[in-house]
Amino acid sequence: MLNLYTRRRIINAAGLTVSVLAMLFGLFWLCWILITLLNHGLPALTTAVFTQMTPPPGNTGGLLNAIAGSLLMTLVGTLIGTPIGILAGTYLAEFGQRGWLAPITRFINDVLLSAPSIVIGLFVYEIYVVRVKHFSGWAGAFALSILVIPIVIRTTENMLRLVPSTLREAAAALGAPQWKVVNFVTLRAARAGIITGVLLAVARISGETAPLLFTSLNNQFWSSNMDQPMANLPVVIFQFAMSPYDDWQRLAWAGALLITASVLTLNIVARVLFRQSATTH
Amino acid sequence: MDIEKIANPKIIIKDLNFYYGNYRALKDINLSIAEKMVTAFIGPSGCGKSTLLRTFNRMYQLYPKQKATGEILLDGANILDSKQDLNMLRAKIGMVFQKPTPFPMSIYDNIAFGVKLYENLSKHDMEARVEWALRKAALWGEVKDKLKQSGTGLSGGQQQRLCIARAIAVKPQVLLLDEPTSALDPISTAHIEKLIDELKEDFTIVIVTHNMQQAARISDYTAYMYLGDLIELGETSTVFTNPKRKETEDYITGRFG
Repeated sequence: MLNLYTRRRIINAAGLTVSVLAMLFGLFWLCWILITLLNHGLPALTTAVFTQMTPPPGNTGGLLNAIAGSLLMTLVGTLIGTPIGILAGTYLAEFGQRGWLAPITRFINDVLLSAPSIVIGLFVYEIYVVRVKHFSGWAGAFALSILVIPIVIRTTENMLRLVPSTLREAAAALGAPQWKVVNFVTLRAARAGIITGVLLAVARISGETAPLLFTSLNNQFWSSNMDQPMANLPVVIFQFAMSPYDDWQRLAWAGALLITASVLTLNIVARVLFRQSATTH
Repeated sequence: MDIEKIANPKIIIKDLNFYYGNYRALKDINLSIAEKMVTAFIGPSGCGKSTLLRTFNRMYQLYPKQKATGEILLDGANILDSKQDLNMLRAKIGMVFQKPTPFPMSIYDNIAFGVKLYENLSKHDMEARVEWALRKAALWGEVKDKLKQSGTGLSGGQQQRLCIARAIAVKPQVLLLDEPTSALDPISTAHIEKLIDELKEDFTIVIVTHNMQQAARISDYTAYMYLGDLIELGETSTVFTNPKRKETEDYITGRFG
């Protein structure tokens, strides 16, 4: 019989091998996706992509209107969703210890967090697009904001709960009313974490296609009018990639690379920010 | 020692009971705290000494399931009365916690935060108050050139003195210290103990400590608690050399606890 120590070493080596293999397996597909994306996307990434509108098939063109539309709707969606999310998350973490409202809100928020985004798109279609009888940038931004809210609520609540309760007690012990404790002490202590959450929410919505298909749809021309159908990268990619035209497909690759690169950048920025705050506390 | 024998009581506690839900953590406590003296609460973990301290500023009210019954008279007025304004009470009774709790703001703002709650000082007066508090807490010399820097960047001992400065900047009458040195190194501890000795000229001080030598060094009165009961209160020299109760003697001689 092997001695105890040798057996432990063998089990350790076996466990480690399985973990590394699983990691490599996951990483393999991710790298493949990234390499394919770079292979097809980089050659397609010309200056025209950033300077010209989406073309009809057979003509030269770019993605400028789609890039601008995506930026605008993501910005508006974030601006609507972030304050609501932070306020609601603050309520859940700081004021929700008593009563029934907070647990129910938390439960509904969890459901919303995992709701398929196409359902959100259909919802906005039904309550807004059908009423005004046309697709619009506003509808797209509303749909995106509904996706932002649950993410920001969840991160805000989690980050506030990480603030040690002794900090709240210390502020309360000075005689500060609760709104001052929350505003000037706990929210401030959780600031970096909350900003991280908002960035992750932006990263999430900037690649969403389904909610925009039913709300902002698409627009072949430049439009900064939020009350009109609005071009955006995900829907353009969807439409162009499915088309039989080579030039459209190339633009789809360029758009996919752009979205992936920006989401990746946002994620990295968020992580760096959060790590910095973790080391200073 | 009976309550009556403390000549100049700042706080008188009568029949105080405290509950965490249904659990009775303090049992009929009767106790006086002498004005401008240091009173130490000692006892094994879970004896209720911190709980008792936290009733003096009604800290327990942050938590829904905790409640206190009985009377705590501060200058004759019962602070457990529901009519007692909590913020005004906490302006009179400051508190420093076991772990340093600097707010995530500058050193200057850490001190000004509490003062602004009660007083509307001009910029000049506020600067003077911040300096006064930092000097009182023996921290001025170390931080006077970096008042705009974050309070969380200080060392543990400096953070704790910052918290003391923050508490006394409000000019309270009573200072509650909940194991203020248990997270600090011996040099920082010595700093704080010296500070406590100086602060008792202006403030009534109540300190909870796990460290019996510390209680013996810095306090005028010592209360020994066990399982929610106040076993003995007396002058520190008497409690440590000639305790009246067998339980106290067992604890301080290390036979128990």
